Amino acid sequence: MVDIGKGAGDKGTSDNPPLVVLENVNKHFGELHVLKDINLTIDQGEVVVIIGPSGGGKSTLCRSINRLEPIDGGTILIDGKKLPEEGRDLARLRADVGMVFQSFNLFAHKTILENVTLGPMKVRKVGKAEAEKHAMELLERVGIGTQAGKYPAQLSGGQQQRAAIARALAMKPKVMLFDEPTSALDPEMVKEVLDVMTDLAHEGMTMIVVTHEMGFARRAAQKVVFMAEGQIVEESTPDEFFTNARTDRARDFLSKILTH
Amino acid sequence: MGQLFDFTEVFNNLDKIAISFWATIRLAAVTAVLSMILGTVWASFRVSPTPVLRGVGTFVVNLLRNTPLTLLAAFCISALSDILKFHFSETPSVNGYWWAVTALSVYTSAFVAEALRAGINTVPLGQAEAARSIGLTFTQSLRMIILPQAFRSVIGPLGSVLIAMIKNTTIVGAVAYGVEAASEMKALFFDLGATLPMFIGFAVGYLVLTLPAGFFFGWLSKRMAVAR
Ligand SMILES: Nc1ncnc2c1ncn2[C@@H]1O[C@H](COP(=O)(O)OP(=O)(O)OP(=O)(O)O)[C@@H](O)[C@H]1O
Ligand SMILES: [Mg+2]
Repeated sequence: MVDIGKGAGDKGTSDNPPLVVLENVNKHFGELHVLKDINLTIDQGEVVVIIGPSGGGKSTLCRSINRLEPIDGGTILIDGKKLPEEGRDLARLRADVGMVFQSFNLFAHKTILENVTLGPMKVRKVGKAEAEKHAMELLERVGIGTQAGKYPAQLSGGQQQRAAIARALAMKPKVMLFDEPTSALDPEMVKEVLDVMTDLAHEGMTMIVVTHEMGFARRAAQKVVFMAEGQIVEESTPDEFFTNARTDRARDFLSKILTH
Repeated sequence: MGQLFDFTEVFNNLDKIAISFWATIRLAAVTAVLSMILGTVWASFRVSPTPVLRGVGTFVVNLLRNTPLTLLAAFCISALSDILKFHFSETPSVNGYWWAVTALSVYTSAFVAEALRAGINTVPLGQAEAARSIGLTFTQSLRMIILPQAFRSVIGPLGSVLIAMIKNTTIVGAVAYGVEAASEMKALFFDLGATLPMFIGFAVGYLVLTLPAGFFFGWLSKRMAVAR
């Protein structure tokens, strides 16, 4: 069994200590107020799905958690520590926060295996042999062990995204961020990626997932956060949210994504 | 008329011509390496998160690109070497060689930097974000992710820069290092009178250097292209 992270079972109960804490987070793009007083706590081992209309600030929220976007107000704590400014400390923190992008962003000039071993070798200073062994285990686990020697452009979208998940897992992150990991994929490839993510969730990984995949939310998440216009409008369990949303804004949004 | 195409003098002086082209090759080869290194430094400055470095990079590149090479070479040899006595070596020819290399490398580095910056712009932003998200520092992500892809996308333009550099050896040769091919041609013209065959002999010599270089870079750029 591959060690994929810290958290352990016990989900749904809030016995676990908080891992990611956002307090009064604010963010502007020029005049545009994209994150408005965001307060959110994600416990260790918890899986949170962020859902909401386009332009609502979901990506920005996700990216601010590993400071790909700097915030201009409030605090973000990861495992009790405040996000550092630019520099080495920030790089070290980012290594603990895995990120999976909509467009995969595999390193185009490196093989799949090299994509997965680069971080462990250069950031964690793991030896090559050990890094490759762990990388192969991860690639087997996400079902693309046979593709290790290929370049990203030679893989299908679903395979690339699974490679990107393996690359993030190789850093043994404390928490994984996913920003619409399946929305650039052809429908037949969505499942293979969601299956990997569901397994990960059931193994206790702490995950923050921006997605509109309700099946995944119901199967894997303990919490759904509905975001619109830069605010958290609703926060509840998946069942409650999808069957019995409290706000008009959320019901309106759900009716739109349910009708097609 | 027959004398116009009499190549005897070319063949009689083949040893001198060969030696002078060997000097050109040594000048160009060392300059190629140094200008690549220096150009990479300027390009890195220009994309750095530190405003001061970005300013320095922009200033240096624009200054160098807009200074005639003849002036730069003359400044090196007259002001720095002759007047201020900065000497690479006590042997005049060795000193001249290194000042020629310096002038041409510094000058060419600006064009390398410009080509490379265009290459950096072709690398999707997501590559840098992914690099940062696995914990690489700015320098690591530049070195391991951005520059390798940037280089591959501008091998063609870099080849053009290097071919222009090979031709520019004639300028620094004339000013600082009078033993490379163009200077030797002038010397032979002086001794034997300017003849068309001699001129053709040297022109062919330069083509022998630049044409294969062009083909090589064309081939390399296809071979190294990054599939996306
Ligand atoms: N780099 C940027 N510069 C300026 N404005 C930006 C930038 N990135 C995002 N925005 C704006 O911020 C707002 C929130 O964007 P964000 O990408 O976080 O939304 P989202 O909820 O992820 O939307 P989607 O579902 O379309 O991905 C949008 O209005 C967007 O246009
Ligand atoms: Mg988004």
